[in-house]
Amino acid sequence: MNDLATTSEAVAVEMTGVNKWFGAFHVLRDIDLKIARQERIVICGPSGSGKSTLIRCINRLEQHQSGRIVVDGIELTSDLRSIDAVHADVGMVFQQFNLFPHLTVLENCTLAQIWVRRRPKAEAEEIAMQLLKRVRIPEQANKYPAQLSGGQQQRVAIARALCMNPKIMLFDEPTSALDPEMIKEVLDTIRSLAQDGMTMLIVTHEMAFARQVADRIIFMDEGQIIEMNRPEEFFNNPRHERTKRFLSQILD
Amino acid sequence: MSAAFVRMEPLPPQPAPFAATGMWGWLSRRLFATPGDIAMTIVGFAAFVLIVLPLFRFLVFDAVWTGKDREACVNAAGACWPFVAAKFNQFVYGFYPYEELWRPNLVFAAGMLLLVPLLIPSAPFKRLNAILFFGVYPIAGFVLLTGGNLDPQRFVLGRFIRISDYVDLDAWRGMRATFWIDFAASALLITLAVAIVARIFGTRISASLKAMAVIFLALAILIAPVDADFGLRWVETREWGGLLVTLVVAISGIVAALPIGILLALGRRSEMRLVRWASIAFIEFWRGVPLITVLFFATYMLPLFLPGGANIERLVRALIGVALFSGAYMAEVVRGGLQAVPRHQYESAAALGLGYWKTMGLIVLPQALTNVIPGIVNNFIGLFKDTTLVQIVAILDLLGQVRAAFSDPNWSSPTTLYTGFAFAGIIYFIFCFAMSRYSLFLERRAGTSALRVEGAMR
Repeated sequence: MNDLATTSEAVAVEMTGVNKWFGAFHVLRDIDLKIARQERIVICGPSGSGKSTLIRCINRLEQHQSGRIVVDGIELTSDLRSIDAVHADVGMVFQQFNLFPHLTVLENCTLAQIWVRRRPKAEAEEIAMQLLKRVRIPEQANKYPAQLSGGQQQRVAIARALCMNPKIMLFDEPTSALDPEMIKEVLDTIRSLAQDGMTMLIVTHEMAFARQVADRIIFMDEGQIIEMNRPEEFFNNPRHERTKRFLSQILD
Repeated sequence: MSAAFVRMEPLPPQPAPFAATGMWGWLSRRLFATPGDIAMTIVGFAAFVLIVLPLFRFLVFDAVWTGKDREACVNAAGACWPFVAAKFNQFVYGFYPYEELWRPNLVFAAGMLLLVPLLIPSAPFKRLNAILFFGVYPIAGFVLLTGGNLDPQRFVLGRFIRISDYVDLDAWRGMRATFWIDFAASALLITLAVAIVARIFGTRISASLKAMAVIFLALAILIAPVDADFGLRWVETREWGGLLVTLVVAISGIVAALPIGILLALGRRSEMRLVRWASIAFIEFWRGVPLITVLFFATYMLPLFLPGGANIERLVRALIGVALFSGAYMAEVVRGGLQAVPRHQYESAAALGLGYWKTMGLIVLPQALTNVIPGIVNNFIGLFKDTTLVQIVAILDLLGQVRAAFSDPNWSSPTTLYTGFAFAGIIYFIFCFAMSRYSLFLERRAGTSALRVEGAMR
C-alpha cells in the first residue's frame, strides 16, 4: 500500500476486501484501498471495469456484499443512521448532472441545506450564492437547469454538492456527457477545488487532467485494481501489461 | 478559384414565403386542400346545420321565457325556462329550509372567496389561504350546513368508566363537561403510555411527547367547533339536495382522492412487501367494484355489520365510499407519473442525504404530479359527473332534484323534460369545462417542465 495513508485520523476512506456482485456478475473483486485526507485519486479503466460501482459503494448508492468500507470513521452497514451520515458528508457529482429540473439553480443548491442540514433559508441562500460564485455562475441562480448549457449544469451540480460542506467529493465521469467546448470549464472548477485541499475521487478519461491533479492514479479492469501509482510513474512507466495496452489505446 | 472562403458580412434574415394569402388562400389551404379535406368540410358543415342550429333554436329562439305555470309552456316548441326559474331554489338547495338558506349561501360564497385566490398562482398569502381552505373551511362548512352541536358522549376512558358518576358539571355552550374531562384524561393517559413505550425502545421521548401533543391538540380543535352550540338549527342531510349535494360530494371526493391516491401509489411502489400487497389489494378491490355497488353497500348493508349505535350519517357514508373509490383510481394515475421520474433523480436526492419522505415530497412527487396533470383532472371531471350516482341511495343531487321536479303536475308540458335535462347539462358543463380549462392553464404554466426534464437528461 501507499505510504501516504497510514495513521487512522488521516484516513478518509478505507476499503478492505470489498466484493460486490450484480446478480452472478462479479463487479468488484477484493478491493483494498486507503485514501488519505486531502488526497486526490483518479480512477481510470475501460468501461465495465467497476470504476463507477466502486465510488458508488463509498456513498452507499450501491451496497457491497462482503468486506469493510469505513468512510470518515463510520463503517457502512445497513444501519440507516450510518447511511444518512455518510450521504450528507460525501458529495457526489454524476455524469448526467442529475439536477432537479423542477427547481431553479438556487433552489437546487438550498434544498438539502434547508431540509437535511436544517439551515435557515436566508443562510442557505447566502452559502449557495457564495458557491455559485465560486463555480462562476451566480448570474444563473434564478434560471431552471434546462435553460443552462451542459457545462453550466455540471458546475451547478458541483456547487450543489459543495453546499453541504462535504468532507469527500466523488466525481463519476463528470465530463463524459459534455460537448468538447464545455469540458474545460468543468475541469477548471474541479482543479480549483483540488488546490483547496478537498479529498476527491474522480472517475475520468481525461488523462491530461489526471496527470495534473492526481496524487495517485488507479487503473481498474474486470473489477480489480490492476495498478496504482503516482501520475508520472503511471504514465511514463506502467508496469502491468493491461495498463500499457490501455494507455497506448487512449493516449496516441 | 481558391478553396478558402471567409464570410465578410452576415446574411440578413428574410421573410418566410407564403403559398397564397388573403381569404381565398386561407380557404384553399385550410378547408379545400385535398379531397379528404373537402369531405371533412362538408361533413362538419352538415353537422353544424343539423345539430347546433336546432339546439340553439330549442334553447333560445323557440324558448318560452316568462310564465307562471304550465299554461305558458303547453304549446311551446322550445325550452320552458319559467319551469327552471320556478324550481331554481330546489335545484340548488334541495329542500333545505327556506329561512336557513343564508347558511348554504354563506358556504358557497366563502368557498368561492377562498378557492379563487388559491387557484391564481400569483395571488398572495398562499399558505394562509391553503390552511383556511383545507383546514378551517371544511369544519366551518360542516357546522354551517348541518348546524353542528353534535354532542359527543364518550372519548376513550369514558367507554370504561362512567365519568358522570364522579363529576356533575353543566354543559357550556353545548359542550358536555363529562366528554371533555374524558378527553383530557384519555389524552394524558395515552401520552403517558407512549412515553413509557418510547423509553423502553430508546426512541427520543421529547419527540414522542411532542407528536402526541400535536395529535390531541388537532383532535380537540377538530371536535370542539363541531361539539359547540352556535345556536344554529339542525338541518338533516335528507333535507339537502340539488347542486349543494353535488358540490359537497364532488369537492370532498376530489380533495380526499388526491392524498389517498398519492399514498396508495407510493405504497404500491414500496419496497416493504406488506405495504405493497396491501396497496395492490386495496386498489384492485375498489377498481373492480362499480361505484353503484359501493354506494349501495355503504348505505344499506354497512349498518347491518356495524355494532349498534355506530350509525354514521347517510351522506357521510356515501362521501367515504366516493372518496375511497376515486382514491383508488387516482392511485394508478399518480403511479403513472411516478414511473416517469427517472431513477437518477432518486439517486441524486439520496446523495444529498434526503430520506424517503423528503425525496418523495420535494423531488419526486412535484415532478410526477406535473407529468400527469391531464390524467388527474380527467379523473376529477369523471368524479364530478359520477357523483350523480348518489341518487341510487336516495340522495337527491342536482340531476335527482331536476328529475324529481318533472313529476310536478303544475309544470307538466311537452318540453319540461328536455328543459330540465338541458339545464342540468349546462350546469355540469360549466363546472367540468372550467376544470378542463384550468388544467390546460396549469399544464402550460408547468409546460416548460417537459422541456426541463429533457434538458436535464441531455
